[in-house]
Amino acid sequence: MKYEIGQKIATREAYGNALAEFGENTDIIVFDADLAKSTKTITFKKKFPDRFFDCGIAEGNMMSVAAGVATTGKIPFASSFAMFAAGRAYEQIRNSIGYPHLNVKIGATHAGVSVGEDGATHQCNEDLALMRTIPGMVILNPADAVEARAAVEAAIKHNGPVYMRFGRLAVPVINDQDTYKFEIGKGQLLKEGKDVTIIATGLMVNEANIAAEKLADEGISAEVINIHTIKPLDEELVVRSASKTGKVITAEEHSIIGGLGSAVSEALCEAGVGAKLVRIGVQDVYGKSGKATDLIKAFGLDADSIAAKARELVK
Amino acid sequence: MNETKKKLLKEKAAKIRLGALECVYSANSGHPGGSLSVADLLAYLYFEKMNINPEDPDNPMRDRLVLSKGHTSPALYSALAHRGYFSTELLKTFRHEDSILQGHPDMKNVPGVDMSTGSLGLGISAACGIALSAKVSGDPYRVYTVLGDGESEEGQVWEAAMFAAHYKLDNLIAFLDYNGLQIDGPIAEVINPAPFDEKFKAFGWNVCVIDGHNFDEIDEAVNTCMEVKGKPSVIIMKTVKGKGVSFMENEVEWHGSAPNKEQYETAVAEIEKTL
Repeated sequence: MKYEIGQKIATREAYGNALAEFGENTDIIVFDADLAKSTKTITFKKKFPDRFFDCGIAEGNMMSVAAGVATTGKIPFASSFAMFAAGRAYEQIRNSIGYPHLNVKIGATHAGVSVGEDGATHQCNEDLALMRTIPGMVILNPADAVEARAAVEAAIKHNGPVYMRFGRLAVPVINDQDTYKFEIGKGQLLKEGKDVTIIATGLMVNEANIAAEKLADEGISAEVINIHTIKPLDEELVVRSASKTGKVITAEEHSIIGGLGSAVSEALCEAGVGAKLVRIGVQDVYGKSGKATDLIKAFGLDADSIAAKARELVK
Repeated sequence: MNETKKKLLKEKAAKIRLGALECVYSANSGHPGGSLSVADLLAYLYFEKMNINPEDPDNPMRDRLVLSKGHTSPALYSALAHRGYFSTELLKTFRHEDSILQGHPDMKNVPGVDMSTGSLGLGISAACGIALSAKVSGDPYRVYTVLGDGESEEGQVWEAAMFAAHYKLDNLIAFLDYNGLQIDGPIAEVINPAPFDEKFKAFGWNVCVIDGHNFDEIDEAVNTCMEVKGKPSVIIMKTVKGKGVSFMENEVEWHGSAPNKEQYETAVAEIEKTL
């Protein structure tokens, strides 16, 4: 599947497409928990019906089943909404998949408040925090369809558990698929700057880019970093940039507790970087129903909010 | 089953019991009651039924056993050691800090352990995954899993039961160790999960009910279940918690406590008398 810059497409769509694209590998088995039409694993199911298994609405069982499949050398993918994957099935992920370090790939869609109308019960703002606590878990949070495709490809090649976070909302493609390179654990310096560093992940990367352009017009030079791998974090890149600008904003569609903001904060503190840090994210509250794009603004996750925080920080 | 085979399995079961007690005594912790109640089953599976080779523990075509009731690891470790997967000398390191024999089975470090378990309800799902994988690739191996009766209070057991029946996992046999006791007391008093036979039947399983300490019954049930096509089987084994040690039998206190020196020596003497 080829994506064009500027095209609007949800990362969950790219997830389903990637499963179908790389699914020629007969080791790949895909599980879903009655959400195939929403998680887009249905795209794989249509192409490879013999290697798709619906577990019904039983996410805990799905994770442990996937773990069992992985013990036989196959590469199972298990999908649900982030809330019911990382949240509902946390313990199965920890004990059945994480502890034996099994080669299970968790494709969690509908993460964050951009779920929209379904509201707080379905808007998981805690999954990155939960998954970060599991030893050996790789956590990928792609920014667009190109990165989502690359993340799936990298997850297949990586031997060990991987949690992939995808969104429901259609977001613009920002990467050039022909030249794009993805490496687990390596952040990307998207724009060099000297006044402030904006470290973003997932759909917030595009917002960070827009914010940086606005700031440039006002004479503020913002450095923009895309962290697609929440764990292991590219500490070197983060520390280097923070040491240069001395002012850091983290931007994630996730709770400010336990996700990118926490990971960056931990890295900077331990490295002894005395940078000022502002964490943009969901501020220790639940989500709510509404239009996804409106909610992103309401929770202060849009480019304008990032730019406003940057202005305050560099004042 | 012929008498020679039965005599051999009785000896193996006694050795498994002795090893399990050695584990728990050496650790001064662990779960003797449920280890003793599954010892006969594990003797049958590891010394009679399973297609396995201790020299080649990761052979992809081997039969698998997932001890879903992972807290009875002393019986599993003892069975594996006596079957030749590792030295029986290791049993006395059970639950010690640097031992491979962790409190609950760890597949990464113990040869012969097919799945890490311990958190109840998760093992049967993993066993379903292994059985499904065999179906996908057309592999002939079989998957066995051992459930506790108290464990079946976990909702995930029934999620797995639905899954196994839906995907017609006839290469899977579950054993339910129906010894009737759990930590807080008799299962019938704590939160009664019985009747098991009707529940599993309702979930679409083939069901056998046997005496879990009778090798003829175990053998007949397993062989019958292996012939059943299109559905998974469960063998509900009526067992005695603490079986083989008179003062542990049917006593809930022995679910998760270790014997002192005197008790250990008495228990060993009782079992050795049967050899």
